[in-house]
Amino acid sequence: MHAATRDKLVARFGDRLTEVTDAYNELAVKVASNDIVEIVRFLRDEPELRYIHLSDITATDWPDDDQRHEVIYHLYSYELCEYIRLKVRVAEGEAVPSLTELWDAANWLEREVYDMFGVQFSGHPDLRRILMWEDFEGHPLRKDYPLTYERPQFSFNKDNPPEIIK
Amino acid sequence: MVEAKTMTVNVGPQHPATHGVLRVVLELDGETVVKCVPEIGYLHTGIEKTAEAKLYYKAIPMTDRMDYLAPMSNNFGYCLGVEKLFGVEIPEKAQWARVLLAEVTRLNSHLVWLGTHALDIGAMSMVLYAFREREDVLKIYEAVSGQRMMSTYFRVGGLAQDLPADFEPLVRTLLKNMKVRVQEYEDILTNNRIWRNRTMNVGVISKEEAIKSGITGPLLRASGVKHDLRKARPYSSYDKFEFEIPTSDRCDSFGRYEVRMEEMRQSLRIIEQAIDGMPEGRYRSRAPGIVLPTKEECLYSMEAMIYHFKLITQGFSPPKGEVYVTIESPKGEIGFYFVSDGSPRPYRMRVRPPSFVNISALPKFVVGGLLSDVITCIGSIDIVLGEVDR
Repeated sequence: MHAATRDKLVARFGDRLTEVTDAYNELAVKVASNDIVEIVRFLRDEPELRYIHLSDITATDWPDDDQRHEVIYHLYSYELCEYIRLKVRVAEGEAVPSLTELWDAANWLEREVYDMFGVQFSGHPDLRRILMWEDFEGHPLRKDYPLTYERPQFSFNKDNPPEIIK
Repeated sequence: MVEAKTMTVNVGPQHPATHGVLRVVLELDGETVVKCVPEIGYLHTGIEKTAEAKLYYKAIPMTDRMDYLAPMSNNFGYCLGVEKLFGVEIPEKAQWARVLLAEVTRLNSHLVWLGTHALDIGAMSMVLYAFREREDVLKIYEAVSGQRMMSTYFRVGGLAQDLPADFEPLVRTLLKNMKVRVQEYEDILTNNRIWRNRTMNVGVISKEEAIKSGITGPLLRASGVKHDLRKARPYSSYDKFEFEIPTSDRCDSFGRYEVRMEEMRQSLRIIEQAIDGMPEGRYRSRAPGIVLPTKEECLYSMEAMIYHFKLITQGFSPPKGEVYVTIESPKGEIGFYFVSDGSPRPYRMRVRPPSFVNISALPKFVVGGLLSDVITCIGSIDIVLGEVDR
């Protein structure tokens, strides 16, 4: 089914694809973060592929790895009716090139990844929190963010609590 | 010397026409919208984070609460994802029942959309009619699951319990009523001059812009893209049903209205085929150790009881891997992405929310239009904030 896509990608990019798998019959490709825009542009504009729908951008946190952030893109082709998954790994503090130039949909999706995981996107026009409020500290979907912790919203006297609490 | 000044207006978050807690910051020049910034996050409940701490079986009730107008569609997507990860085959009866209920859910969602959208624009009576028919849908929900809204009826491997005896009469009643009613709705609205003036050429989004914004579902089809995941990648047993994909080239709010009305008719067609040809058999697959045994089996079989206990307490560990499953929910393409690290809990569960992506395109719908048309646009995008924020 997705053999055509895989062959075309491998023929065009060869060694620049770190890993190509199709577990569960889903084509998944690992690429370097510098290559992501070029590869996505190729997938989108190549006449026989036309992965023109950006379905999703999300991330997974692997805190024990050197490159803890894994950003995951799902593209879809309306003609092939196929998905492709692209994965990029970056370390804390490194930025992933933004896809906002190619799709407007990337704007909010990347903001959500930034909000939830703290991944930076270079070239994003408006990278700020989207679900959490502006002065929220931390990134909730990281594995080291506790599940049951609730940050106090009104912390005007956090450093100087009244006698009765001390 | 008169200075040109713009005014900033907050619509929401507590505004009935924002369909929940959406806040839209508008910059107005007179009545014309110059800039529009939607702000979300007021309903953020961390469903993705919570799901990481639960066994695969136990996150199903949370998916109901995302798009609370289409609980069964969310269940459907979630279960399909887990089933793909586990490698479970679903019995035919469960597949047909799921398709039927997913289409009933589409009616539910579209009816609420129609009622509230028309109410926003000023057709007061529509909301009463739409909610009257929705009652038939909620009766079906109640019959199968005991719940009127948060049904949680789907399970990994099939359904929570067998279809009840009064299921068929209830579905027949729904079919009988809705076939007439959809026509009545169209009689009220389609040629209504006020309705046409308020929706035609309002919130126009071209095909190219729609694709660039990633919008899916009825909005995309109303912009002239003939695409429906039920046809393009038939999941469950959608390939066994006959139905059409309605599209419109109008690209405006009226086009989206036309598409959704026709979708309701097509849903009725699918429901009718499903209830006519409902196969006999098991309502949940028999996969010991992976899928929960049915209640009846637990009562009579020692083995089943042991499996039940083990699954509830320890869960099932799928192999390492990841799956991405998408279905056509009433709002668009809803996707579930699971990453398994070989433990009985998902390492990562991601929901690709259709409303989230659709509402991110709101500025394209409203900029350059009038303030009063913002309400039309929000209504015709059909958002549910529970899903936008998750």
